[in-house]
Amino acid sequence: MTEPLSFELSRPAVDPPRLPDPDVGGRGPADILPQQLLRSRPPGLPRLSEPEIMRHYSRMASLNYSISENFYPLGSCTMKYNPVANEAAAALPGFAGLHPYQDEDSVQGALELMWRLEQALCAIVGVERVTLQPAAGAHGEWTALRMIAAFHHSRKENRTEVLVPDSAHGTNPASAALSGFQVREVKSGPDGRISLADLESRLSPRTAALMLTNPNTLGLFEREILDIAEMVHATGALLYYDGANLNALMGICRPGDMGFDAVHMNLHKTFTTPHGGGGPGAGPVGVKADLVPFLPAPTVERTNGHLKLDYKRPQSIGRVRSFYGNFGMLVRAYTYILAMGGDGLSQASEDAVLSANYLRKLLENDLQMPHEGPCMHEFVASAHNLSTNGGVRALDIAKALLDREFYAPTVYFPLVVSEAIMVEPTETESKATLDAFAGAVKEIVAQARSDPQSLHEEPKKLPVGRLDEVAAARRINAYLQGQSEDPVLRWKAPEKRPE
Amino acid sequence: MAERRYTKTHEWVTVDGKHATVGITDFAQSQLGDVVFLELPSPGRKLGARETFGVIESVKAASDLYSPVAGRISEVNDKLASKPELINSDPYGEGWILKLDLAGDLPDDLLEEAEYKKVTEASAH
Amino acid sequence: MPYLVHSPEDRTAMLETIGVRSMEDLLVDIPQTLRLDSLQLAAGLSELETMSQVSALANRNRVYPDRLTFRGGGIYRRFIPAAVAAVTSKPEFYTAYTPYQAEASQGTLQAIFEFQTLIAELTALDVANASLYDGATAVAEAAMMAYVHTGRNEVLVAGYVHPEYVQVLRVFGEGRGIKVRKGGEPTKKTAAVIFQQPDFLGLLVDAPGLTQAAHNAGALAIACVDPISLAILAPPGEYGADIAVGEGQQLGLPPSFGGPHVGFIACHKELVRKLPGRLVGTAHDAQGRRGFVLALAAREQHIRREKATSNICTNHSLCALAAAVYLTYMGPYGLRQVADVSFRRAHSLAERLAELPGWELAFPDRQFLNEFPVRVPKAPAVLRKLARKGILGGLDVHRWYRELRGVLTFTCTEVNDARAIDELVAVLES
Repeated sequence: MTEPLSFELSRPAVDPPRLPDPDVGGRGPADILPQQLLRSRPPGLPRLSEPEIMRHYSRMASLNYSISENFYPLGSCTMKYNPVANEAAAALPGFAGLHPYQDEDSVQGALELMWRLEQALCAIVGVERVTLQPAAGAHGEWTALRMIAAFHHSRKENRTEVLVPDSAHGTNPASAALSGFQVREVKSGPDGRISLADLESRLSPRTAALMLTNPNTLGLFEREILDIAEMVHATGALLYYDGANLNALMGICRPGDMGFDAVHMNLHKTFTTPHGGGGPGAGPVGVKADLVPFLPAPTVERTNGHLKLDYKRPQSIGRVRSFYGNFGMLVRAYTYILAMGGDGLSQASEDAVLSANYLRKLLENDLQMPHEGPCMHEFVASAHNLSTNGGVRALDIAKALLDREFYAPTVYFPLVVSEAIMVEPTETESKATLDAFAGAVKEIVAQARSDPQSLHEEPKKLPVGRLDEVAAARRINAYLQGQSEDPVLRWKAPEKRPE
Repeated sequence: MAERRYTKTHEWVTVDGKHATVGITDFAQSQLGDVVFLELPSPGRKLGARETFGVIESVKAASDLYSPVAGRISEVNDKLASKPELINSDPYGEGWILKLDLAGDLPDDLLEEAEYKKVTEASAH
Repeated sequence: MPYLVHSPEDRTAMLETIGVRSMEDLLVDIPQTLRLDSLQLAAGLSELETMSQVSALANRNRVYPDRLTFRGGGIYRRFIPAAVAAVTSKPEFYTAYTPYQAEASQGTLQAIFEFQTLIAELTALDVANASLYDGATAVAEAAMMAYVHTGRNEVLVAGYVHPEYVQVLRVFGEGRGIKVRKGGEPTKKTAAVIFQQPDFLGLLVDAPGLTQAAHNAGALAIACVDPISLAILAPPGEYGADIAVGEGQQLGLPPSFGGPHVGFIACHKELVRKLPGRLVGTAHDAQGRRGFVLALAAREQHIRREKATSNICTNHSLCALAAAVYLTYMGPYGLRQVADVSFRRAHSLAERLAELPGWELAFPDRQFLNEFPVRVPKAPAVLRKLARKGILGGLDVHRWYRELRGVLTFTCTEVNDARAIDELVAVLES
């Protein structure tokens, strides 16, 4: 079942909501403002009563899978349980009701929370300072690269290239390019880890940084990380840590100790702030001492128990977001860290690694495992065999899982594995859930061998079947090229028939 | 029909005197999947050999287009704007992309059919 | 331990299935020299203790009542219908992931599609995206679009655009070699003219004139707009601006010390392929049922990598959902009334403040909606006095603009009732 759009449900006869009267007399906008500044006709917003609105959104909610109801084995995304206490904390009037331009004296609790969160993140990843300003992981990556650029610039060095492994997230090269760097790719070796020989050949006096995820996107720990750090630093370049996979390491080891100079973290992955259907998240960046002068302003400083925002940072790269970042997400992450404590976070990472290895073991005879284990918090399997014998692709397996009430693993990423299926179970899924998921995958693989055609038709039990993205894209491009009136990217009122 | 030559980046070119026709190979279209959009230059623009002249997109992938030869664009296949699927259905015929008036000699790195086949076999996995 | 699910017996059984003796066998790839004994953090707490610590921090902040908050500067107190939180607190929305698997994410995708349509309607432009982080990054992303579209590398900021937005724009620009110029006329080098309507001080600018000047120089016009103002003011699409951006906090989101909120961006169809971030469109399944999918993804970073226009890989979906619920609740006439009440109250307040001894409107010839600048004797002392009476007075804008010494901007919305205005004036008169 699908739900009509609010625009389609709209009825012109519905009264607007009751709102306060002005109570101050005086003249309205139409009496005071010149005609050419005024809107010529009201915006085409829908008109619905509150009961209809609530039912509309409740029905839409029921069309979603979510972590509250479904297992999300999405590799690289760390879909773990979002504690409800976090939500209660962020909603406290003492946080939600704060205006960002209140005097510092009146927001000491908020600044203290930011300061304590910074301290906790420093301890977890092993850095000197952390900026909480970036709103998302990609935003954090780019912020770190701005700092790295400023660092080299301050030393009068002209370093124009950033190295990125071929297994990296797409945001890495995009962030590097937006920061003005040229991107050079470093190849993975046959064991799934970065090739030191290839790295050696790419490093040069032009190299500004190497961006690395560890464990990498194949879920494998870069065993030679200390050698890599030495090689990178020896050429005068810096080492950047993509924190997508930090959930594997809390309390086990720290990026800072591995030699990383800048570290971004995703509070919406590792620190349980909810994904919200795509955001908001938060992407703080931690840095070693050499990069501290370049942190975005303001930073939070604490002297004798008094907190202040420090804007006087002459070497700062500037500001990367308005105000102080996604504060509400910082409250949630801090609440989580407080509840878990050092002991809890360490256990969380251990359990995440344990669960991934367990699930990998359960599936090793059903899917190909292109790289030798053990893995860290996630693993990448391949459906290459199934696709060459019967034409069942990773996408078909993903869709068949949806029909069995599991969200799908990440598919076709990383690009270095053919028909990749990337699975990250996280520490908040029980053994029973992992067993049930493995059972579902086995069933699907059996079906792929016995009746491959049937898998192309899944999902069948969801509100809609597979949607024709190719036709949609062609319709959009026809609109953009002036060949069609249907924008596809928005609802448009149907043309009124002449009376 | 003039002999078709190929590039390592999966374009083809046929040359008829001073005129060349350019497209992408059957292998390239099969790797991209259903083509939904092409970003193409206007006639009159001069291209160097191996210069990027546009982008081709499917739903899942996007790829730059490189000119196999140097020359001035004399014609762009207008049909592709409304029918990008011609690239999939007839990459060497109706799915041609550009016509060029050649400038200078042909580059010496163009591949013969047999050589190109080796390239595709190496990159198929 | 909170939120962990494995029992010690589970862990033993799982290790046994894997075929190893202990966790150590799974961590063999990590060099021993890197291994930690423990994290230097306090031990975990019960929920009761956690919440009491967090509440203690919240209680160290001073929260001014909505009705006595007269400070804006980009973040405003507004009436938020209970419907908004009732929808955004549904776990099916807030605990869902980015909608990669469309069939299992139709709720989120449809909400974004409705948001895109609402923003396109408000701004009177062709297409809006699924949202951005905030107003500041929306301005910066719009400038990047103009840079890519025109091939020119200077953007011109006209008038009092939010100072923090301009700061963010500068940092974005530095990465790509884009110069940010403040004031002056657009030239052949100008990629875009960026203006804010109403501006940071609350004043109305000549948006059609600025748009025309941009176009005369072959530049794009980027309008940074207040979404609620668009119930009254001509929308960017009506006066020909190419891109509209803005901050959506006023559409159902609490101030939250500055975030998370939501940026929006809309543009003409000629620019759609350069729009950053997510776009949702309609598509159909084999049975002809309409659904919603992420569209034009081949523009984005996960496919185009270093050639993408932007590195953004998500949006602020949940905040966009809040905005969609808010706008749907209000409808065209509710939104108009919100804007109208705010306008009348602000004008009433402005008249009364201008009558105070030594006080005067800083720009008496300029029009405004619901925020306005006043020149005030001993501004810092005035603000302290108001704070002592539990009132959050105007914003001292001198910290950003040398020429605006003693200028405070006051804002009024539907939450500042007539009595609250009386109380404010009474304190100032005392």
